[in-house]
Amino acid sequence: MPAIIEVQNVSKSYMRDNFQIPVLNNINFNVEEGDFLALMGPSGSGKTTLLNLIAGIDKPTKGNILVGGTEISKLTESALAKWRAHSIGFVFQFYNLIPVLTAFENVELPLLLTSLSKSERKKHVETALSVVGLSDRMLHYPKQLSGGQEQRVAIARALVTDPLLLIADEPTGDLDKNSAAEILTLLERLNQEFKKTIVMVTHDPHAAEKARKIRHLDKGDLV
Amino acid sequence: MKIIKLIIKNSLRHKLRTFLTILGISIAVIAFGLLRTVVTAWNAGVEASSANRLITRQAVSFIFSLPYSYREKILKIPGVTNITYANWFQGVYIDKNQFFARMAVDANTFFDVYPEFLLSKKELDDFKKERTACVIGSDIAKTYKLKIGDVMTIEGDIFPGRWDFVIRGIYKPRDKTTDATGMYFHWDYLNERMEKEFPGRANQVGWYVVQIKDPAQAAEISQKIDALFKNSTAETKTESERAFQQGFLAATSAIVTAMNVISFVIIGIIMLVLGNTMIMSARERTREYAVMKTLGFERRHLTGLIMGESLLISFIGAGIGLFLTFPLVEGFAMVIPKGFFPIFRLEPITVIFACSAAVFIGLVASVPPIQRALKTNIVDGFRFVG
Ligand SMILES: Nc1ncnc2c1ncn2[C@@H]1O[C@H](COP(=O)(O)OP(=O)(O)O)[C@@H](O)[C@H]1O
Ligand SMILES: [Mg+2]
Repeated sequence: MPAIIEVQNVSKSYMRDNFQIPVLNNINFNVEEGDFLALMGPSGSGKTTLLNLIAGIDKPTKGNILVGGTEISKLTESALAKWRAHSIGFVFQFYNLIPVLTAFENVELPLLLTSLSKSERKKHVETALSVVGLSDRMLHYPKQLSGGQEQRVAIARALVTDPLLLIADEPTGDLDKNSAAEILTLLERLNQEFKKTIVMVTHDPHAAEKARKIRHLDKGDLV
Repeated sequence: MKIIKLIIKNSLRHKLRTFLTILGISIAVIAFGLLRTVVTAWNAGVEASSANRLITRQAVSFIFSLPYSYREKILKIPGVTNITYANWFQGVYIDKNQFFARMAVDANTFFDVYPEFLLSKKELDDFKKERTACVIGSDIAKTYKLKIGDVMTIEGDIFPGRWDFVIRGIYKPRDKTTDATGMYFHWDYLNERMEKEFPGRANQVGWYVVQIKDPAQAAEISQKIDALFKNSTAETKTESERAFQQGFLAATSAIVTAMNVISFVIIGIIMLVLGNTMIMSARERTREYAVMKTLGFERRHLTGLIMGESLLISFIGAGIGLFLTFPLVEGFAMVIPKGFFPIFRLEPITVIFACSAAVFIGLVASVPPIQRALKTNIVDGFRFVG
């Protein structure tokens, strides 16, 4: 299997009040196409930071990141935005749905950036929502949904553009046990049935078990 | 769903806040419209009354006349550029119910002093040449279906006898405020007949109209004129055409200046009100903007989203405000004493101004929130806790 993500000698530090805070130290690893990787590690170990770098919403201080052959650390802001729009599906811990939009409209949001017609968009949105099992909740607003349902809408939003990669940052971190299990089963299915490459951050060992591979981060070092 | 739908949904997120902002903008637009209307009405009034004309009349009453000989003396006063004079003629035209101003005027100077009566050069020359010629306003020509060459026969009352005048000119009003219902003929013609028929009433002038160079000298020159004829048999009373006293004029124009300034201050205030609402919204939506950027939305999308909302609110506010300003101005026009302002209505220019201001305010108020949204990078956006 070819590597879909290549992280090469990546370091990241943040500046705060003239202090350099090192977060990631010379990270190297690859993710193969169709893989389901769980990144684990204690709070503050740099998991989110690494995920952000792979998803192209932050840039490394040093090193290169290639995703699907594209050297994303070299793209301009605008090129990176366009790249994210069709390459990355991001699932957040706190769902991050737009509260004034219905489930349908939230899932449709990334499609507004494509040239799809209204009816094509409708088809895509309905498909994505049926994959996550929410066909009957399309017109509900986020606050009318449970946490688990909200996260499933967020997954549908991440899927709808059929991206190269699914990136999930503690997707079950804010959910009860049963909802968490549902979400993990869904991600597992997306990986097995739909061959989606998934990188998921979690510090729940049960969650990590669903993944094919597990890597650990500790204080900015991959162990 | 289109972006516009998100704009509308965003603006309705805090219904009370949006409602109050729109209400604020509406009230401000109403205040702006009313103030501008007063300022425009005032300026129109001042324009129509021509601040550089003084009326000199008999001190006791308008019904007494003044000697023709005053003309020379008044002309000699420094600052006086021209003088003309007139007699109220009245008389009966057709029947007693036909009222309009009929006056004997100095044919040589009258239309120079009243440039708002527009007359072609030929008509003016024809009028000056012919002793019994007269000039009528375009409204009178229309009402009585009169044209150049027609004869107007008037039965005199103040000045008895039958008077025939040939129409040699029809003047058009220069401004909306100009009176187009007058009839003017040669004072010389009136005077000649008086010399023959009532010698005691010859060489008398109803009033003088004194043109001055600098309106600021109105009070000073008025005093000089009146001083000239103090203790004579015919003392005079001179005032500016609007019959406003200098003090009142100054005070009122200071108020109008203040209104002028306030009307623009109001625009600044709405800008702050809307800007505040927009920046509060942008702050609250910091995370959402980060989400949208993650999804691939770019600077221009967020700019459109925020600017669109700002413009939407300012347009609705301005629309409601203008919609209510029309009846309010009409209401005001009814309670203001008739004739105080020659015109009192919401001028198209005020409407255009209010609309441009709405666009301007919408744009300017959206600048800080747009800057904020664009400046915050995605990672900081997600870490932001409102
Ligand atoms: N934008 C930022 N500015 C400054 N420090 C940051 C920023 N993002 C993360 N950090 C710091 O980097 C470290 C790793 O953060 P993060 O990647 O969020 O860890 P994790 O997701 O593993 O809990 C933490 O110490 C955090 O405070
Ligand atoms: Mg984290």
